[in-house]
Amino acid sequence: MNSELLIKNGRVIDPANGVDTECDVLIIDDKIADVGKIEKPAQKVIDATGKLVTPGLIDIHVHFREPGDEEEETIASGSSAAVAAGFTSVVCMPNTKPPIENETDVEYIHRKARQARKTHVYTMGAITKKREGVELAEMGFMAEAGAVGFTDDGRGVQDQSVMLRALKYADMFDVIVAQHCQDNGFAGNGVMNAGYYSTILGLPGIDPLAEEAMLWRDIQLVKKTNVRYHALHISTSGSVELIRAAKKDSLPITCEVTPHHLLLTDECCAEYDTNYKVNPPLRSAKDIEALKEAVAEGLIDALVTDHAPHLQSEKELEFLAAPFGIASLECVLSLYVKALIEPGILAWPALIRLMAEKPAKIIGVDKGTLGVGKQADVTIIDPKAEYEIDVNKFRSKSKNCPYHGWKVTGMVEKTIVGGEIRYEA
Amino acid sequence: MAIKRKSKQLKWRRKHLLGLRELNAEEITYILDTAKGFELISTRSVKKAPPLRGKVVVNLFFEDSTRTRNSFALAANRLSADVIEFTKKTSAVSKGETLLDTARNLEAMGIDIIVIRHSAGGAPKLLSRNINACVINAGDGFCEHPTQGLLDVYTIRKIKGTLDGLKIAIVGDIAHSRVARSDMWAMTKLGAEVIFVGPPTLMPTQVRRLPVSVSYSLDEVIEKVDVINMLRIQFERLGGNPFPSVREYSHYFGLTVERMKRAKPDILVMHPGPINRGLEMESEVADGRNSVILEQVTNGLAVRMAVLFLVNQAAAQGD
Repeated sequence: MNSELLIKNGRVIDPANGVDTECDVLIIDDKIADVGKIEKPAQKVIDATGKLVTPGLIDIHVHFREPGDEEEETIASGSSAAVAAGFTSVVCMPNTKPPIENETDVEYIHRKARQARKTHVYTMGAITKKREGVELAEMGFMAEAGAVGFTDDGRGVQDQSVMLRALKYADMFDVIVAQHCQDNGFAGNGVMNAGYYSTILGLPGIDPLAEEAMLWRDIQLVKKTNVRYHALHISTSGSVELIRAAKKDSLPITCEVTPHHLLLTDECCAEYDTNYKVNPPLRSAKDIEALKEAVAEGLIDALVTDHAPHLQSEKELEFLAAPFGIASLECVLSLYVKALIEPGILAWPALIRLMAEKPAKIIGVDKGTLGVGKQADVTIIDPKAEYEIDVNKFRSKSKNCPYHGWKVTGMVEKTIVGGEIRYEA
Repeated sequence: MAIKRKSKQLKWRRKHLLGLRELNAEEITYILDTAKGFELISTRSVKKAPPLRGKVVVNLFFEDSTRTRNSFALAANRLSADVIEFTKKTSAVSKGETLLDTARNLEAMGIDIIVIRHSAGGAPKLLSRNINACVINAGDGFCEHPTQGLLDVYTIRKIKGTLDGLKIAIVGDIAHSRVARSDMWAMTKLGAEVIFVGPPTLMPTQVRRLPVSVSYSLDEVIEKVDVINMLRIQFERLGGNPFPSVREYSHYFGLTVERMKRAKPDILVMHPGPINRGLEMESEVADGRNSVILEQVTNGLAVRMAVLFLVNQAAAQGD
C-alpha cells in the first residue's frame, strides 16, 4: 500500500518549472506524483491555504562540527535545526577535526545523517590534506563516496600552483571546487573589516583586498582550466565587480552570499560583541548595497547561512581571541525575507530559486524542484507569520546568533523530506 | 581633603573608565579639575588621603608595564586603598583560564576596582559588561590608554593654560598606538588641532575619517606646532617591515637637535615613555629645556588618583 500525502490550496512555487499558482501537490511514497488541481481524496491531507508550497530548501554552506567539536553541534542537532528552518538538504563544510579528506570521512557524515533522520546531509571534501594547502586530498575517492564538492573553507588555498592543480584534477569528477577567498598576506591577523571601526576599536583589520585578490587569481585559473568554481560567501563590492566580469565572460563561476553580509555592517562590532565576529568580516553599507544589487541583477547563485556554531564560553573571550562565526540556520529564511523580500529586491519565486533550484545545480543533485517524479522534498512556509527570534528556542547546540530579539516575518510551517513530514511548527 | 569644589558641579556617573572616545569635553575637564586637587597631596609630607580606605584595587596586567602599573599602585596607595598586583604574561589567545574567569575569581575575593592592561582591544569593555567591580583601562591593544591621554592633556593645560586653539603633532607609529588614539580624542574634544605625523605604512586604516589631519613630513609640521608628542616605536607590535631601517626612520621622523631649532621656542616636547633614545628623539632633546617628559609622569599620578576616586564614588552612588 502506497502512502499518500496531499497538500491542498497552497501557493505552489516551483521556479524550475515556471510554476507560481494556487494548486495542490500530491506525494506518493517519496516522490512528487502530481501538481495541479487534484480532486481525488488522499490518505493524509494538509491544508496549505495562505501558505507557500516550495521545493525543499537547500543550504549549501553549513558547519555541523562533527567529527571533532560535537559540543558545538552534531549532525543530529544541526539536522534538527535544518528541518526546522525548512531545509531538506544541507552541505557540510569539511573543516572538521579531523577534516573530511577521504571516503571514510564522507561515509561517516552520511551515516550520522541517516541516523539523525531529519534532513539530507551532503558534505564537501577538503581540497588539500589537512586543509594545509600543500598536497591534494583524495578527491576521487571522496567524489565516489558522494562528496558534492571540494573546499578548504575556513581558509583559502594560498599557493596558486596548488589551486591550479586542484582545479585541473577536479575536472575528472565534475564536482564543484569552492573557495573561501582570503589571501592571508593581506588578511594578516585581522579579526574584523579593515576600516574606520577597526581603527577606533584598535583591532587588526582584514582588508577587502584579501578576498578580492584571491577571487581575482582564481578567476584567472578558471579561465585557464574552465573547471566549475564556486566563490563562497562573497562580502565586498569589489568581489561583486569581479563576479560580474567573470559571468560576462561566461566562465563556469557561481557564488553565494550570507544573510549577515546583507544585513550587518562592521559598525556592529563597535561594542566588541563577539557574536558579530565572522569571516569574511562584516563590511560597510556600501558593500551591502553592492551585494543587494548583485542579487537583484542575478549575479548571486545561492543564498546560504554559513551556519557556524560556537560555544558561548568561546564567544565570551576577547574579540581578538574569540572564534569566527555566526549561528543563524534556524532563522535564515526570515533573515532573507528581511534583507531581500521586504525591500522589494526579490519576489518569493526568485528567492526560492536561490534557496533551492540553483543551489541544487551547484552541487549537482537532482533536487530543488517539485517536478513530477522528483524526490518529495517540500517546504511549506507561512509568509506572513511574524515572530521574535529567540536563541533559547534553537535546536542548534550553539546560540552565537546576533539576531536574538529581532522581530521578523516568514515562518516554516512544515518540512517534508522524502515524503515524510520531518518538521511541523 | 584637598579637592576644590566648583559651584557648577558635574555629576560624575561613570563607574568605569574604558576610553576617552566616549567622554565629552565636560567630563574630561572634570577629571582634570579633580586631578588638580590631588596633585597637592603628593607635595605634602604625609602623602596620603583617606577616600579609598577599605577598598581593594587590583592591578590586572597582561602586558609588560613599569610606569603605568607603579603609577596606579602608588595612586591607589595614596588614596588608602589596598592594592593587589596580578601580573600574567600570557597572550590573549593562549589556552588556560579565560579573562572573565580570572576577573570573576578576583571579584569573588571582594575587590572593588580592576585596573586592566591587556593586549586585546576591548578587553576592559568585556570585563565591564560582565562584572560588578569598577574597571579602569590601563591600555588595551591599540585601542585606548585613557589615563595616558588624560595626563597628556593635563600636562599641556597646566603649562599652556588651555588646549583650545593649540596645534599638536603626534609622531610615529599611529597605527599601533593606543596613546595616539586616546590623545586624539581628549585633545580634539578640548579644542586642539591634532596632526598625525608618520610614514603612510604606520597610519591606521581610514585615518582621514578621524578628527585629525595627516602629514608624512615632520619637517613641514615642526615649525607650526605648540606641542609635539613623540610616540615610542613599539618593535613588539610592528608587523612586517613598515619602514626600511631604523636609520631611515630617524632621518625622517626623529626629533633631532637640528629639527628643534626650527620649532617654536616654547614648544612642549612629550613622550609616553619608555624612550628609545636616538631613535624617536635625540637625548639632548629628551633632556632639553622644552621636554616635559618627567612632568608627564608626575602628573600621571594625580590623574590616576582622580580617576580611582571618581569611579569609586560613582560606584558608591550606584549602590
